[in-house]
Amino acid sequence: MIELKGVTVKSGSFVLPNISIQILSGEYAVLMGTSGRGKTTLLESICGLRRVAVGQVLIHGRDVTRWSPADREIGYVPQDLALFPKLSVLEHLEFALRLRKLSREVVSERTRELSEVLGIGHLLSRSIVGLSGGEAQRVALGRALSFRPSVLLLDEPLSALDESTRYEMHELLRRVKQTTGVTTLHVTHSVSEAESLADRCFWLAADGIQERPLSQIG
Amino acid sequence: MDARNPWRSRRSSDTLFFLVMGGISATFILLIVLLLVADVMFTSPSEFYRALAKPEIRAALQLTLFSCTVAAILSVWVGTPLGYLLSRYSFRGRWVIDTLVDIPIVLPPLVLGLSLLILFHQPIAGWQLESVLRDGLGFPVTYRWPAVVLAQFSVACAFSVRTMRVTFDQMNPRAEEVARTLGCTRGQAFWQIALPQASRGIVTAFTIAWARALGEFGPIMVFAGTTRMRTEVLSTSVFLELSIGNLDAAVAVSLLMVMLAVVVLVVLRVLGTGLNS
Repeated sequence: MIELKGVTVKSGSFVLPNISIQILSGEYAVLMGTSGRGKTTLLESICGLRRVAVGQVLIHGRDVTRWSPADREIGYVPQDLALFPKLSVLEHLEFALRLRKLSREVVSERTRELSEVLGIGHLLSRSIVGLSGGEAQRVALGRALSFRPSVLLLDEPLSALDESTRYEMHELLRRVKQTTGVTTLHVTHSVSEAESLADRCFWLAADGIQERPLSQIG
Repeated sequence: MDARNPWRSRRSSDTLFFLVMGGISATFILLIVLLLVADVMFTSPSEFYRALAKPEIRAALQLTLFSCTVAAILSVWVGTPLGYLLSRYSFRGRWVIDTLVDIPIVLPPLVLGLSLLILFHQPIAGWQLESVLRDGLGFPVTYRWPAVVLAQFSVACAFSVRTMRVTFDQMNPRAEEVARTLGCTRGQAFWQIALPQASRGIVTAFTIAWARALGEFGPIMVFAGTTRMRTEVLSTSVFLELSIGNLDAAVAVSLLMVMLAVVVLVVLRVLGTGLNS
């Protein structure tokens, strides 16, 4: 469960004021709103990359507001993916597992399982240079899911993809949701993406955040 | 209406562009080539080998290779974390540190040497740095080889910090941030994500620091002296040979320095390209 209680984030002259939302365990929520309203800032605050000036961030009821990003156990896929240029696809999937000092067998089993779900088994030995947009997205998603986080944050993950790849990724995200039950907050501008994937929809505006019924977002 | 062929007019304009730009650029390239050619013409292979056979020049060559390499390694060792901190973090007083780093670059070389000499011999609260190092640790610095390395390091490190800062500035910090969400501490994100990406910048910083150390003269002369067989490096050899009127040997040593610089630049550039591929 993700819960924000009166969260205010300040960055220079930009202020994201008094945000309160609650996303229950296993729910898939989308966050929409016009550009520059602070959707990315909000995701960064939840995963600990941005300091919260006022308020609380709770993950499964625990106040993690002052925790470091490493301790929050949140999977994060940024808009630019930020893949690691010197690592192979397999090393991306293994990265978080190796940090947790898991045995070689466990790491190997988890990466095999992930590569099957994501359909990137044939790419494992490849460098990330030259991957297509869809392939890079799958690798970033695999990296974020590798350590079985209970919360997943996706920042416009499909915005740079062509139409057919985007539909494939919709399928994949639905499969991930069903198989992992991970609580997801997904930032998007796409109504079709929201309709296709979301259980709930939040709208970020200048005066704060509101929940909107899925039937009214079109 | 202009009756000329516009295609031909545009082409002649492009030709003029390349002639002007190429002509201006060529003056500098020509100057460097002429300098090297003049040096080569001044000396002869026999004179070159005779200079190299002198035990003083051989000792200076050995000390140069050693001191430049140590100074460059130290410069990268210090420049990498400092460049990273300046690039990634905003903190109170950052501009002060940023300015301090540039001081060895803008300071006249003799003043830097003099400052090092004063630092090591000025009593501070009853302690003198040179005495502490010499008597306490058995490691005298002034007028010995460590002074050569320190004088070279003082300038080379400033260039290394600048190079590493630009390297990290050009890298997207987002990858390190994502690594932190995956479980990395800041240190792990630096070692496992930032540093491998900076490999080419590290090679460049090492190259620049090494080349800068090779050319260092003023601070070495003041802080380490120019004692033959002890603190003489190739740049001071040129000065010493000139001061005793031995122009042939001075030019031969100069050519040796040119060759060294070219070899190091080529080797490290190839290595840098390899690391990046």
